[in-house]
Amino acid sequence: MGPMKLTAHPPDHRPVRTPTGPAGAFAPPPARPGTRRRPTSQQWAAWAFLTPVTLYLVLFYAYPLYRNLDLSLRDYTVRSFVQGNAPFTGLENYGKVLDDPTFAPALLHTVVFTAVCLVFQYAIGLALAVFFHQNFRLSATLRALFLVPWLLPLIVSASTWSWMLNSDSGIVNALLSTVGIDPVNWLTSPSWSLTSVIIANIWIGVPFNLVVLHSGLQSIPAGLYEAAALDGANAWQRFWRITFPLLRPVSAITLLLGLVYTLKVFDIIWIMTKGGPADSSTTFATWSYQLGFGNLLPAFGPGAAVGNLLVVAALVFGLLYIRVQRKQALS
Amino acid sequence: MHSSSRRLLTAVALSTVVAVVGTACSSGAGSTDAKDADSGTYTIWDPYPQFAKGSAWTKLLDKCGTQAGVKIQRTGYDTSDLANKTLLAAQQGNSPDVLIVDNPVVSTLAEAGVLTTTDENKLDTSKVDPNLLAAGQSGGKTYGTPIGANTLALYYNKKVLKEAGVDIASVKDWTSLTAALAKVEKAGKKGITFSAIGTEEGSFQFLPWFWGAGAELTGLDSAPAVSALSLWKDWLKQGYAPNSVINNTQTTSWQEFAGGDYAFAENGTWQLANAEKAGFEYGVLPIPGSDGGHAAAPTGGEFVTLPVQEDTGRYTTSQKLATCLTSTQNLYDTDTTLSYVAPTGEVQDKQVAANPALKPWVDAVKSAKGRTSGDLGTKYPKISEQLWKAVQSALSGAKSPKDALTSAQAAVK
Repeated sequence: MGPMKLTAHPPDHRPVRTPTGPAGAFAPPPARPGTRRRPTSQQWAAWAFLTPVTLYLVLFYAYPLYRNLDLSLRDYTVRSFVQGNAPFTGLENYGKVLDDPTFAPALLHTVVFTAVCLVFQYAIGLALAVFFHQNFRLSATLRALFLVPWLLPLIVSASTWSWMLNSDSGIVNALLSTVGIDPVNWLTSPSWSLTSVIIANIWIGVPFNLVVLHSGLQSIPAGLYEAAALDGANAWQRFWRITFPLLRPVSAITLLLGLVYTLKVFDIIWIMTKGGPADSSTTFATWSYQLGFGNLLPAFGPGAAVGNLLVVAALVFGLLYIRVQRKQALS
Repeated sequence: MHSSSRRLLTAVALSTVVAVVGTACSSGAGSTDAKDADSGTYTIWDPYPQFAKGSAWTKLLDKCGTQAGVKIQRTGYDTSDLANKTLLAAQQGNSPDVLIVDNPVVSTLAEAGVLTTTDENKLDTSKVDPNLLAAGQSGGKTYGTPIGANTLALYYNKKVLKEAGVDIASVKDWTSLTAALAKVEKAGKKGITFSAIGTEEGSFQFLPWFWGAGAELTGLDSAPAVSALSLWKDWLKQGYAPNSVINNTQTTSWQEFAGGDYAFAENGTWQLANAEKAGFEYGVLPIPGSDGGHAAAPTGGEFVTLPVQEDTGRYTTSQKLATCLTSTQNLYDTDTTLSYVAPTGEVQDKQVAANPALKPWVDAVKSAKGRTSGDLGTKYPKISEQLWKAVQSALSGAKSPKDALTSAQAAVK
């Protein structure tokens, strides 16, 4: 009822607001608190501004999430998918997924993939950021070159990696053989496939870490380094005592974003190995796709269940980050 | 502060709900209006996105439309997308009038209740070869008619075989084929390439050997099945086949063969045009069975189907369109464009008369077998997934062929 009543008012208030337009040049600060005290028009305007965003959020975020949850809680066959009368089965799909022989390896691969990628992306990104922070000649050009992996479409970089790592005609094995090392079946051996996709993903993720950490470095006052240098601190001490601690907030957000991106990495793995051979590079992301779309007979329910597990994992880390942030802000 | 923000939230939520419901209603009404207004427009979906507007294929669609007195709206989808697109469309009540779809998908769509049977839509399938039609049948009903068929055979490079001293006439069974590969390998060339990738393509390529050994899809762990997988495994171990087959699609496998170093390649009818361009003399050999004879290869190719419509009055026109597309002359033209073998004896004879090189392919198609045939229907996708996983496990060395197939069979049950 409330909002309905309000709808009648705005036309009356409109003329009141327009004069602030031409006069706004010198009067904006007082004008704002003024309008704030007129709740009706202010709220009406707020709703009007909020509606598109809310609509967008509901249509493109909330509804798909709800549908995904719904898919994972029902027993969908192709027939009930079309006719929309799938019986509600509660957590049965989740049980199915947990009992699946693919679950344990997929979980392990997801954890290993994410952890190893994060550590290396961050370490290499930070090293490069510190390196480029010295602003030597050509440092801007070189830094731009390092961004190339980020700019390439994933399908291009993943296909290129899979050519380079081809067992028989790949350039990596050709290089190894000139040094006298036996060829490695990078993508087709169960003991190497996960390593191969991790290497490719690290290469793709370094530029992001480099850019964010580099911008973080620039906010550290140069005076601190000068003072430390005067006190006789060497480069190593300056890094551990100044750079690293002052970079902590930036590092936290870089790692969190990296974690979310890495958890859901799908394209690179799918293009390079399809999660194989024999599930040796299957992560939750590829498994979810495999269940829902990788077979002539889609298993939507379990596929959605795996997808939801991923969403929950990302959410948990997101909340953890917010908590840590809040604690830091309080202390 | 708190209560006002909460009020705001409720209001926003309310207004969005109203707006969403509003748009949902209006869009529903809009779409039915649209369908009534231009009921003279019929939609056709096909998996041939390579044919753009103005190509022979789209011209044929328009011609058939004109003959039936309707306008055609055609969309070409990537073949791997088409099944899911169709399921979604059926869920929304937006199915196309005519759907041309990869044959192993037909039984899945039929199971979903998306397709009409030939009893309902009155399509005539009497001229079609029964082994091809079987892929579109399940539970005693037929759900469409094939527009063309393709299958797998062995391409060979005449020059490589000659240098290795292999007489192709001697290749009659697995033993002689393996002996030929050994000779090629000794001559410093490469043996055979195929695709054993972890998708449907991998199963498709493995099936001729699987069936050629006498195995059945209902028993993945049988002794003949193990012998077929061991054959591939040994080829990899001996270096007769490259390790990259584990990740090869049929296209990448073809590129390896087109490089000119390989003696054999297992590939399909659709590569004929590329084979002409490869720049070396090639021949085609039906895939041998383990003890000689021709192995049954799986049938590829698409079916013309008529999805279920709310307005059943549309079937008459849709049936005319489908009949036009599969008429003798049009089949001949379409299958020549697609480099397919026609599904009827009449058109096959015409194709061989025009191009004798098609003879081995027509023979291969005649002995081919539908993947979903034998009432496997929607059981096939599950079996196939376990089969390609077993092939991948064995070839990559994760498991022995026997163990891989044993766990595959256990997973199907």
